[in-house]
Amino acid sequence: MMKRSKTLKAAVLLFMLAMTALAQESQELLIRNATIMTASHGTIENGSILVINGKIAAVGKSADIKGSAKAKVIEAAGMFITPGFVDSHSHTALDAINEGSVSVTSMVRMRDAVNDTDINIYRQLAGGMTTIHQLHGSANAIGGQNSIIKLKWGRPVEQMYVADAPRTMKFALGENPKQANFSVPGRPRRFPATRMGVEETIRQAFTEGREYLQRWEKYEASRQRGENPLPPRRDLRLEAIGDVLRGKIDIHSHCYRADEIVMLMRLCEEFGIKVHTLQHTLEGYKVAPEIAKHGANASILPDWWAYKMEAYDAIPFNAAVMTRRGVVVSIHSDSNEHARRFYQEAAKMLKYGDLTEEEALRLVTLNPAIQLRLEKRIGSIDVGKDADLVIFNGHPFSIYSRPEMTFIEGEVFFDRKNDIEMREKLAAEKRTLIERERRNPGQPQPTQPRPAQMPSLSEDLDDHLHGFPHRTRP
Amino acid sequence: MITFMDSLIEPALKRLWMEKTMRSKTILSLLIFALASLSGLAQSKVVVIRNAKVVTVSGATIERGTVVITNGLISAVGTKVAIPPKAEVIDATGLSVYPGLIDAGTVLGLTEVSSVGATVDTTELGDFNPNMKALTAVNPYSELIPVGRMNGVTTAITCPQGGIIPGQCAMINLQGWTPDQMKVAGPAALHIVYPQLGFRGGGGFGSFNPPSPSDQQRQARDRQVESLRTKLDDAVAYHKARQASASDKSLPPRAIDLGLEALIPIIKGEIPVLVTANGASEIKGAIDLAEKYKLKLIINGGDDAIKHAKLLRDRSIPVVLGGVLELPGSEDDPYDQSFARAAELHKAGIKFAFTSGGQAYNVRLLPYHAGTASAFGLPREEALKGVTLYPAQIFGVDKQVGSIEVGKLANLVITDGDILEFRTKVKRVFIKGEAASLNNRHTRLYDQFKDRQ
Repeated sequence: MMKRSKTLKAAVLLFMLAMTALAQESQELLIRNATIMTASHGTIENGSILVINGKIAAVGKSADIKGSAKAKVIEAAGMFITPGFVDSHSHTALDAINEGSVSVTSMVRMRDAVNDTDINIYRQLAGGMTTIHQLHGSANAIGGQNSIIKLKWGRPVEQMYVADAPRTMKFALGENPKQANFSVPGRPRRFPATRMGVEETIRQAFTEGREYLQRWEKYEASRQRGENPLPPRRDLRLEAIGDVLRGKIDIHSHCYRADEIVMLMRLCEEFGIKVHTLQHTLEGYKVAPEIAKHGANASILPDWWAYKMEAYDAIPFNAAVMTRRGVVVSIHSDSNEHARRFYQEAAKMLKYGDLTEEEALRLVTLNPAIQLRLEKRIGSIDVGKDADLVIFNGHPFSIYSRPEMTFIEGEVFFDRKNDIEMREKLAAEKRTLIERERRNPGQPQPTQPRPAQMPSLSEDLDDHLHGFPHRTRP
Repeated sequence: MITFMDSLIEPALKRLWMEKTMRSKTILSLLIFALASLSGLAQSKVVVIRNAKVVTVSGATIERGTVVITNGLISAVGTKVAIPPKAEVIDATGLSVYPGLIDAGTVLGLTEVSSVGATVDTTELGDFNPNMKALTAVNPYSELIPVGRMNGVTTAITCPQGGIIPGQCAMINLQGWTPDQMKVAGPAALHIVYPQLGFRGGGGFGSFNPPSPSDQQRQARDRQVESLRTKLDDAVAYHKARQASASDKSLPPRAIDLGLEALIPIIKGEIPVLVTANGASEIKGAIDLAEKYKLKLIINGGDDAIKHAKLLRDRSIPVVLGGVLELPGSEDDPYDQSFARAAELHKAGIKFAFTSGGQAYNVRLLPYHAGTASAFGLPREEALKGVTLYPAQIFGVDKQVGSIEVGKLANLVITDGDILEFRTKVKRVFIKGEAASLNNRHTRLYDQFKDRQ
């Protein structure tokens, strides 16, 4: 008996070693017999996806897709598969959002404030989110530099950054940078206080940035001539603005009203650059032809309105109107809660303006990927792209469906079945830890779980002002 | 039918009615019936919806049926229904008819643009405002009301906010020229916010629960609970004093106190109390309070209601859920905690109703709160009941609204599919039998700009 169990142990060990070796060699995953919504080339009924080493190696009719013998197979009959969702406007997993002291903070970087243990990463994975654009807040006319991460829950932050992501910068127009809805106690009002002032704040920054570039150009030219000039003093704020003016950093600007949208586009044209992506863009539908002509993308809130004055003319048909005018439109969350239900937010657009299923799906997959210049890598189910995938138990645009599994680069990062199995174990572990703390005299005792989110974590949507506080909050 | 008419007639008539004998009651009701018929003749208000899938909610769904609306009420439902002459007939082949959806907790009508104070009438000053009436401040011309209708919501509970007793909620229909015309029941409930840790009271905004509450915060909470109990004791004493001076003229009359006066119907159990309580201890506190003062309790929010499942079930205390589309309470809670809460209550045998999460501008999201609960374990028919029949029962207006039954208000929604689904379009809405416009601020702006040069 003893001997037999030893043999078994050895066999298991050998098997595991072999598996590890195989794993290092190549990882192969085959998801079979599902309805695949590719976001780029229609829907494939009874389709399969072959994933090798985290990339999509093949997608098509199940009859045409075969994995090798070592492929891990997921039988997904009756299930639906979409690309992992991409949030072009998130404040998730950040320890700080606004450097709200001055009106131009182009030097700060969100990548320095990433919190890879934020539980919202996991919650959003459970809703199919895989890539997020972490934006600076909207306190300043020119905010900080944003970062882009994949939601690889459990991994250190270095593994979350999307390495080849473009540099982007947050701008903000309207009520927030002019501090229309709040004041800081004990502090005088800050410039700008009007939309006129917001424009001039940005023009001033661009002007200084241009002069800064010229100083460096002059210095370089002087050096080229073999002279020995004194270098200009390095200014991180203007260096970043200079990179915006040189097209090395994309502008992602928070905006609501039609007038300010047009203002920013004209201002950028004056300096020979483009607004890469308008964020929120609530009145984008009013100036869709101008946005299309300028060539800006639009990232929007789907159907929120009237939470502040500049949101009073927001309409849920915004996505449809701009899409019809040729603008690349995405839906974003700006909220830890909405980011868990991107499939629902997209589904609403089937009704408001009659987008097709694929157009609606692109709002949360391919289009935000385009806005982040990552469309060659993520955003649709195509050969060569990252295997960022979501498996649903029904049509993703049905209210009665839910995500079952989420993959990033072929790896399972959320599995509902596993989540449910783990609950009792985690609860038991928590009870044990609390007991241990209680038995330890002289130590502070836990009495209240940590709050789920801090009030500042989302800027606009979580402004639950004057609503019905089923839950009282600040 | 007579009890229903009773709720419709003017208070003066009602008083008269109460004073008469049984015989004169019959005559009066005949008179009222004749008057109603006459006014009906004058307006000739008969609408017939036929060939529709009739989702009655209270009974079986009729695959191909007819609903007749006469003078604002549902007068017939079924497969073999005679179509009255001169009726407006709507052929609803391929379409479905649902009872209008009910949002069980919002501030609709009391606020327009939530960040612009001048447009907000939700929150009075001070901790105790039991005499504040939501119906008074409902703006029938709020742009938010027709937007709420566009996804099939016809009725809502709208409540004052802030402090410990914010005031009286009203149940309103989402159409009417005046607040009175919108009223289904007012007061529908008295809103009480059970004091919680970190709750400051007064302004309507509390704070996030700190990781570990200080003694100071505990004491503040205890003081607030005490002040609530004292207020109810005062109401009991006041009620006794008023009764005594009414029956014994030799006693000095107790001066009228409008605040305490407003509490009498709740200590008599005539009007329910809607107590906002989310944590287990607040919910237990609310249950104890209701027991002590014999209040008809409805829990509002109810995040941890499942922790007192037995108490709630045994005492038939219903729960008006906060938003389903909300984050879990703490980082240790399951990711789907708020999605699955209704299913848990249903399994535990506790009656519940859904809300659109509290924001007036989000009333149209109500069907998605209910539907999402269904994606996480709640049977579909229960999800639908949670936005129709259950809120009607919870607020005691199920003789008027909540299902498609003869005698109820003709609050009806015609759709091209499942009313909780995203892609379903609402084709027609009737409120008290009147066609409600589906045009609103959003459709107007869409029409204005979609083909702009």
